[in-house]
Amino acid sequence: MLHKNSTLSYCLQSTKIHCLLLVFAHTVREFFFYRKEYKLFYQKILLICLFIPFLNESMSFLGDEQFEGGNKEKRHREKRRDGSKDRRKRANAKRRERSRADRENEEFEERLGKREKGRRGRVKNDQEAKKRDEQDSEDKENSEDKEVKPESLSPDELEKLKEAVDEKKKLIQSLRGKPWPMKKKLVTLQETLRIQSHDDQDFENFKTACIPWEMKIKEIESHFGSSVASYFIFLRWMYGINMILFGLTFGLVMVPEALMGRPYGSIPRKTVPRAEEASAMDFAVLWDFGGYAQYSVLFYGFYSNQRAIGWLKFRMPLSYFLVGVGTVAYSYMVVIRTMARNANESGVGDDNSFNFSWKMFTSWDYLIGNPETADNKFASITTCFKEAILEEQESRKDDNIHLTRFLRVLANFLVLCCLAGSGYLIYFVVRRSQKFALDGFENHTWWERNEVNMVMSLLGMFCPMLFDVISTLENYHPRVALQWQLGRIFALFLGNLYTFIIALMDEINVKREEENIVKFNITMWEASLYNGTVSENFTASPITIHPADVPRGPCWETMVGQEFVRLIISDTMTTYITLLIGDFLRAVLVRFLNHCWCWDLEAGFPSYSEFDVSGNVLGLIFNQGMIWMGAFYAPCLPALNVLRLHVSMYLQCWAVMCCNVPQERVFKASGSNNFYMAMLLVILFLSTLPNIYTIVTIPPSFDCGPFSGKNRMFDVIHETLESDFPAWFSKVFSYASNPGLVLPFILLMVLAIYYLQSTSKSYKEANVELKKKLQMVIQIMKIILLLPTTVNNWRNNNASFQGQEGEILLPKSRQLENESYSCLIIQTYCLRRKERVTFFSKKTYDNEVKKKSFPVVFSF
Amino acid sequence: MGTTASQLDKGMLSEYQELTFLTKQEILLAYKRFSELLPKEETNGLSYRIPMNAILELPELKTNPFNKRICMVFSTSDSHDGSLSFDDFLDLLSAFSDSATLEIKSHYAFRIFDFDDDGTLGRQDLEKLVNCLTGGTVDTSLTPEEMKQLIDNILEESDIDKDGTVNLSEFQHVISRSPDFVS
Repeated sequence: MLHKNSTLSYCLQSTKIHCLLLVFAHTVREFFFYRKEYKLFYQKILLICLFIPFLNESMSFLGDEQFEGGNKEKRHREKRRDGSKDRRKRANAKRRERSRADRENEEFEERLGKREKGRRGRVKNDQEAKKRDEQDSEDKENSEDKEVKPESLSPDELEKLKEAVDEKKKLIQSLRGKPWPMKKKLVTLQETLRIQSHDDQDFENFKTACIPWEMKIKEIESHFGSSVASYFIFLRWMYGINMILFGLTFGLVMVPEALMGRPYGSIPRKTVPRAEEASAMDFAVLWDFGGYAQYSVLFYGFYSNQRAIGWLKFRMPLSYFLVGVGTVAYSYMVVIRTMARNANESGVGDDNSFNFSWKMFTSWDYLIGNPETADNKFASITTCFKEAILEEQESRKDDNIHLTRFLRVLANFLVLCCLAGSGYLIYFVVRRSQKFALDGFENHTWWERNEVNMVMSLLGMFCPMLFDVISTLENYHPRVALQWQLGRIFALFLGNLYTFIIALMDEINVKREEENIVKFNITMWEASLYNGTVSENFTASPITIHPADVPRGPCWETMVGQEFVRLIISDTMTTYITLLIGDFLRAVLVRFLNHCWCWDLEAGFPSYSEFDVSGNVLGLIFNQGMIWMGAFYAPCLPALNVLRLHVSMYLQCWAVMCCNVPQERVFKASGSNNFYMAMLLVILFLSTLPNIYTIVTIPPSFDCGPFSGKNRMFDVIHETLESDFPAWFSKVFSYASNPGLVLPFILLMVLAIYYLQSTSKSYKEANVELKKKLQMVIQIMKIILLLPTTVNNWRNNNASFQGQEGEILLPKSRQLENESYSCLIIQTYCLRRKERVTFFSKKTYDNEVKKKSFPVVFSF
Repeated sequence: MGTTASQLDKGMLSEYQELTFLTKQEILLAYKRFSELLPKEETNGLSYRIPMNAILELPELKTNPFNKRICMVFSTSDSHDGSLSFDDFLDLLSAFSDSATLEIKSHYAFRIFDFDDDGTLGRQDLEKLVNCLTGGTVDTSLTPEEMKQLIDNILEESDIDKDGTVNLSEFQHVISRSPDFVS
């Protein structure tokens, strides 16, 4: 074979090599570029690095330095994680260098024109290559062994590790992240670690000791699996948030007013009116938050509109307003931050590409320690597998889609009817109760007085059951069905709450009309009083009139607060009573009547109840929504809620442990975590809406609350700005709140959101693209791996191959649609070995063969 | 806890804490649990190896379908009998604790699932895994066809390099994206 010929073809093909290199380098660069955004690419790079020994081996035929450089870079980025591998690679590279030198010698000999010798040399070379392959595969096996059994690391590797530890003290902390046995870790630590401050350790210890109810939750976790425990963790989280809300309102509003404000009985708004005085201490009245409870720091109306109170000159109205805004802002911040964290942790796992594998590898709940739960879990995993297989089979065929569609539409229609009905019922009841209120509550029965709350609680109890029955029509997958169910209950609660609020709005309007009348009457009354005192005794001023006798407005803010407090109380009571009757009593009856009953109660109809995680979580979310809504008008609400949550924690823990059985359908909790969070966010948003509406549009009552006498509640900000801050500050503020500045700002934010969203979308697309490329690269590597043996086999079968043409069939991979890449590699491979290679084009080759393989024809 | 705590001196404790994902209280608790398993006459608890049968009596491990594998993986005994010393026990707890990293969890999970210790999850490993997960009894186990289909599906998804087995990096790739595993 002519040497010239091959150099010529080298020149021709070198451009192609560069193409390949460019493609590969591009891929690698992209990998690194996206590593920060997508953690999973890190995993992929790891995967590639596993292949690098092969790659180097095969690519060294190319003798291209650039490629080596790229690999080196990759190796550096691999950090210290696989230091042992690193070293092995270097040894390999050295060996390769040596063998390359050998080869070059041979080439020199070849150039001398002794073809026979050259051929022998090639054969020898091939043998060497084979040996190398063997060695390398051994190496790889070893290295994999090392990976799986890291205890067998050699002493010098340990030495290396020690160096690393010495280098960076931070690495010590990563020691526990290494999958070594304790003894090895201990030895490493003792030999490297001399000085270490224990401050952070102690702080960690302190922090864990501060987490409340940890043992309780762990116990429940082991009995009922992680889904039930997740409810309690959620409850604890809520408790934490409410503690902070409570701290804010209690510390900045209630305590200052109680300590530094005017005492009880000094002004009309702080005194029980004469007409109510007789019954103000009755339990029934107090239970309804009337009487003395109404005229206390618990409600909006008690606060006076003095600008500064006490020796601290505490700005009470301002503080009240800012705390109201602050609680909402804080809640938004916490919820959104938690959501973002959850999304960060699990957001990548939204696609269904590993459906089966996830079911397989992650379905066991390692926290389960109760045999019964374990049995349930086994059963649920089995059905889960079977369902998944069935789904996979059924995904191709769809049966009677029209019937299912019709049933689903019907079900949704029924649900809508239910929602509308319950909404109307609540509206009706609230209007009726207003009528009763006008007549005076004393003339009515207990039921008529508490109708609204009871109806709301009862609807909340029975409608979900109705929805459950309706949802059997739909024939959804359980997980989807659960989400629909939750969505419907959510809509129900929300509808109820909003009807309640609309009815309240009506009532507010009524009260405001009443207020106008009272205002007019008061001016009349004051005028008459003034006239009377003037005529009789000049020195006696209006102060002598006891504040309880002063006529006053209806104070709609306190009314709203009272309504919410009553709602919370009745909601709490219903929850506890259902818990006691539905769970405890049922469990007791089933347990003790089982001996003398005609059928098996435990296995049959009533049986024990399961813990309803989703219902309870929803209840908690709605409760929180009501707190957010009412907290502005009743500062006591967070305190009440803290109390409620605290009691709930103990009561429900006890109820779960003593009268519930593990769920039959054990759900993993984490999957729907953000679903609940999203609901919380929606509720938060919806509950701030009416608050903002009332604050912005309705003028506050004239004779009660911290904002009395102002036109709007937020005027307190203006007032403070004008009187407490220097002039330039209010000027700046007024400029900043100018619509001309605010609107562009909002526009900018919208643009930023749009930009970020489109960027994330493009990242996602890049992700998919890279995944494809990765698979292609892997396929190419496989072909490279296969090539030497195939060529050798072919050569062995055709002993006199000189100048002949032959055919090698390489397995055609499924994913590798684009053959040209692999052809390119084969060409370069053959080029290095001074062999010429031609390809059949796709069209010319017989289709039958092409399906299984694609042909490579060698000619020498 | 007076006598048990005295055996774990302060230096040991802080070293253990440095090397595991556990806190001081948790380590002490672990030591308490461990020393309950010790035979009466044994005084030096740290070097004694508790046989696998005794470990499996712990309620936390009793119901776990992989309990034997867990013991085998964490055991450093030379005779491969699955017995655990206190060090191994702490390793186990550390790997299973909440604050352990994803990497270490996936590593040990892989070794637990690798029933024949050959470094990859082959068809046999996956079959055993499914049997463990479905409880191993006759009425709950899958039929051979279902089993075949299931394993085919799993390999289809997670065997990226198509060599018929799932290796560690493929396993980690799959598992690190699972929402259940992450949290």
